Amino acid sequence: MATETMASPVVSAGAKIKSELMQQRVRAARWFLLPMLIALAIVAGWPLLRSIYFSFTDASLNNLYGAEWIGFGNYLRWSVLESGTVRYRGLLVDPAWWNAVWNTVRFAFWSVLWETVLGMIVALVLNAEFRGRGIVRAAILIPWAIPTIVSARMWGWMLNDQFGILNDLGLRLGLLSQKVAWTATAETAMTAVLVVDIWKTTPFMALLILAGLQMIPKDIYEAADIDGVHPVKQFFKITLPLVRPALMVAIIFRVLDALRIFDLIYVLTPNSAATKTMSVLARENLFDFDNFAYGSAQSTLLFLIIAAFTILYIWLGKVNFDGGDR
Amino acid sequence: MTASFDLWKLTKTALFYLLVVVIVVVSVFPFYYAILTSFKSGTDLFRITYWPTSFSLQNYESVLRVGSFPRNLLNSVFIASVTVLLALFLAVTASFALSRVRFRGRSLLLMTILAVSMFPQIAVLAGLFEVIRFLGIYNTPWALIFSYTIFTLPFTVWVLTTFMRELPIEIEEAAIVDGATPWVIITRVFMPLMWPALVTTGLLAFIGAWNEFLFALTFTSSNDTRTVPVAIALLSGGSQYEIPWGAIMAASVIVTVPLVILVLIFQRKIVSGLTAGGVKG
Repeated sequence: MATETMASPVVSAGAKIKSELMQQRVRAARWFLLPMLIALAIVAGWPLLRSIYFSFTDASLNNLYGAEWIGFGNYLRWSVLESGTVRYRGLLVDPAWWNAVWNTVRFAFWSVLWETVLGMIVALVLNAEFRGRGIVRAAILIPWAIPTIVSARMWGWMLNDQFGILNDLGLRLGLLSQKVAWTATAETAMTAVLVVDIWKTTPFMALLILAGLQMIPKDIYEAADIDGVHPVKQFFKITLPLVRPALMVAIIFRVLDALRIFDLIYVLTPNSAATKTMSVLARENLFDFDNFAYGSAQSTLLFLIIAAFTILYIWLGKVNFDGGDR
Repeated sequence: MTASFDLWKLTKTALFYLLVVVIVVVSVFPFYYAILTSFKSGTDLFRITYWPTSFSLQNYESVLRVGSFPRNLLNSVFIASVTVLLALFLAVTASFALSRVRFRGRSLLLMTILAVSMFPQIAVLAGLFEVIRFLGIYNTPWALIFSYTIFTLPFTVWVLTTFMRELPIEIEEAAIVDGATPWVIITRVFMPLMWPALVTTGLLAFIGAWNEFLFALTFTSSNDTRTVPVAIALLSGGSQYEIPWGAIMAASVIVTVPLVILVLIFQRKIVSGLTAGGVKG
């Protein structure tokens, strides 16, 4: 580590010493950053490049090194039949892939929309002064703390068609006319996944929004009250614009998380085409079907979609991640 | 006039508390129901009840005695702890550099680190698989400790950087005047002030590593090397109708109770740690 001794302070050369000190700090900073950068390069940078490389080869699970370069063949290739018609094959014309893309986008849109609305409601409740606020905050931390796999299993049991408590509750309250196989039926599988995800991640959203709400000075509301502004109008004219930066950051975190969803769907609705997302499909191809190169192409495309979305969002929304700068 | 006004106010308060009750019940009920189920055995399991009616430890016994679940628990504890210690060790010095020293490309570096933490893990899965096979650590705890660095390290760096930015500059200036090098400043001056932040960040990273599923499913292949999320996901019977729900719920409760207790003890710190990751107005 950089443990050079400091130049002895000389009063007349104060400025020089200061810049020397700065240089020493910058040098030390480089050494301090190095281990982290090396670690990230090995676990993130290099594997990402290799995944992209594999997507241009014919690699298989047991033959990673004997793989040959085949260009864009995994993405799109065509052959001209004798009759003269052109047959396209590859990822870009694969209906299973586009089904997964559609599932992922649908899931991300609805889950984040509901989480934002419900998270806002919970955050507004927690921002109010009332007895038992501590209990509510503790209670909403429970879904957040429960591992996704465990919550998938818990809800899988509650949504069970024969012995599930939710069917029982629905029948008792007259909301259902018969028992529904929530996770097994194609029409309801996505709803089931959405319910569990919204239950699990609304707390996170609520806490991020709450942090934004708490930074709004209270006297703005007092002034609005004196002017007789209706609370609903206060919400749309004061709260929403002021909490927007926090909200934008919370939304992008959630969207990026939703676009890569894997575990909940893998456990709650296994092998259902109605919920299969890009991550689930890619992993299936990589390790279960031994289409290693094809799976790599899928994960590369997923990465590109997410990267494009992020850049667009930050650019259009002018999101500021970097708070204070010292 | 006043009477109707009071009535309106009363209704509003009642509706507010109704909302509060709904939030609490919806949040807690699934966990409550899992605990309730885990104490049922035999045919009781398939009788739907909303309150505890019977009490049996049979599910817990079967989970802890039969199979490799205790081993999976040990794996999870070991992997999550080592991952967190490693990440904190690498992150402390890096976040000092990122928060207290001005250098070119600093904000670009910070954005890159944030980007890595939001990475779709599937995008590196194929490449990581190759690296892990190359290093010969496939199907060992080290494969998971190695791969978990991809999300624990950026996260700890990001949060610790935010925390360190808040430390008053005067303390550092005083240390510099006394002739302290950056290394001494970190270890002697900042570390004692950072303990709360380290505990919070470590706890959050621990939860992340404890809950991880995709890597754990992919980089381990035998019952003895699995972590608990994978073990719980793969607990199954012969057919769809033989799923051992009682045992699954018991295992779920065992895995979740320590987390819930930790989270409730450290609530305030966790909330501040979670929100430190970006929401700074």
